[in-house]
Amino acid sequence: MKAVISVTGRDNVGIIAGVSALCAEHGANILDITQSVLSEYFAMIMLAEIDSLNVPFSQFVDELADYGRSKALEIHTMHEDIFNTMHHI
Amino acid sequence: MINTADILETINMIREENLDIRTITMGVSLLDCAAGSPELTAAKVYDKITKRAERLVSVGEEIEKQYGVPIVNKRISVTPVSLIGGAFGEEAYVKLAETLDRAAKNLGVNFIGGFSALVEKGATAGAAQLIRAIPEALSKTQLVCSSVNVASTKAGINMNAVSEMGHIIKETARLTAERDAIGCAKLVVFANVPQDNPFMAGAFHGVGEPECVINVGVSGPGVVSSAIRRAGDCDLSALAELIKRTAFKITRVGQLVAGEAAKRLGVPFGIVDLSLAPTPAVGDSVARILEEMGLEVTGAHGTTAALAMLNDAVKKGGVMASSQVGGLSGAFIPVSEDEGMIAAVRGGSLTIEKLEAMTAVCSVGLDMIAVPGDTSEAVIAGVIADEISIGVANTKTTAVRLIPAPGKTVGDEVSFGGLLGLAPVIRLNTASPARFISRGGRIPAPIHSLKN
Repeated sequence: MKAVISVTGRDNVGIIAGVSALCAEHGANILDITQSVLSEYFAMIMLAEIDSLNVPFSQFVDELADYGRSKALEIHTMHEDIFNTMHHI
Repeated sequence: MINTADILETINMIREENLDIRTITMGVSLLDCAAGSPELTAAKVYDKITKRAERLVSVGEEIEKQYGVPIVNKRISVTPVSLIGGAFGEEAYVKLAETLDRAAKNLGVNFIGGFSALVEKGATAGAAQLIRAIPEALSKTQLVCSSVNVASTKAGINMNAVSEMGHIIKETARLTAERDAIGCAKLVVFANVPQDNPFMAGAFHGVGEPECVINVGVSGPGVVSSAIRRAGDCDLSALAELIKRTAFKITRVGQLVAGEAAKRLGVPFGIVDLSLAPTPAVGDSVARILEEMGLEVTGAHGTTAALAMLNDAVKKGGVMASSQVGGLSGAFIPVSEDEGMIAAVRGGSLTIEKLEAMTAVCSVGLDMIAVPGDTSEAVIAGVIADEISIGVANTKTTAVRLIPAPGKTVGDEVSFGGLLGLAPVIRLNTASPARFISRGGRIPAPIHSLKN
């Protein structure tokens, strides 16, 4: 199972480091990282494998979101199936 | 890796354009709950609902977290209650409504539907009692929704029931007068009612349905509206394609959630209802889609054509996205629940006559419309008869949910808050149809009902 972690907000030092550290702490293996600009937003998208997560997925989602709030970032973590279902027949 | 643009599009739909799953509705059969006494029946009903739907809310919340898509409501629909309480009289039906309400509250669901009767050809003793019990039942409960099917293309229109519903709606308004007649917001009169609809107030669990089932209703007017805005000045063929593609994506989310909910709850998946269901929030309006298509304001001439195209494109896009489509499926046009509709009525552009025309091509009918509190029972019955005949003649579902707000007149507004929203009182034609309505009897089924 894979999760898509999207991070949007103003650019800053240490965004990738911070999110990556949280992933490592919870046993999420980062497979890919990409960055993109949408309107004025700086957007980063991570794909992470979550099979060996050491906390429930919902807790992982909340912790990332909390971390985002503390850094004035929006972090959404969603199961990859929603994207696959929506954009692939 | 998944395409970045696709990811950003999905996130944008959810965060900025109000894409959500409107409801996961669990249908529960109560046919095995009829027992020897009203008390025993109520106890069985309570036990069955609370046992079957025990995990509905928590599973809904888990799925919401997993996919990052809001699931606004978790609801329950049950077998039309008229079928299980026929032996006990009107009072027992009120008690059953209170039982449903208690079960819904204890489970933490948002609504429970199925305080319903199907009387298109005539009422059984139980159905007649249930209908008479509706005003009291809705005044004593908060989460119970009620519906009455008074007509079908196969059976014609039961005008006795139409006439009685004029009275029942007024009485419900009277008994819930202190809250702007909120009881009427939970009471809907149908023609050709679907048996698997997950949307309230008309949801119930039909008799041909399995023991327990999961139906899902999607939403997403804001997504369609934004897509049209981005498309600019394309022609209507291109616009129809665009709406289809957007509806496909929205419905796919519904299908994903429905499949996952069914799996986790160990209950069969029923249908996805691919409706564009508005909310009073800005950016979540069907009226604004019509305006984005090029109308100055909803209600302008051209509105019916725009809505017909929208409704059709939504169905075409959605039907391929789901393995089973059902319910009402199309575009809803409830006045109080749609910010653009509210504005159009306030501005005087959208009238009851135009709304009636729009219902011929939308998915339901005259929905959540506040009318003057002194409207006579006969006029309300007349509105119902007109709307229902549109459904019967066109082999489609139509419905009426009117709120004759006590003490209110044209220019006033009623406010319910939440998803039920706010409705400006609309002007009705007050000329009396009383003699026509009081004739009673049945309007025969149209000739095209003879398809066998």
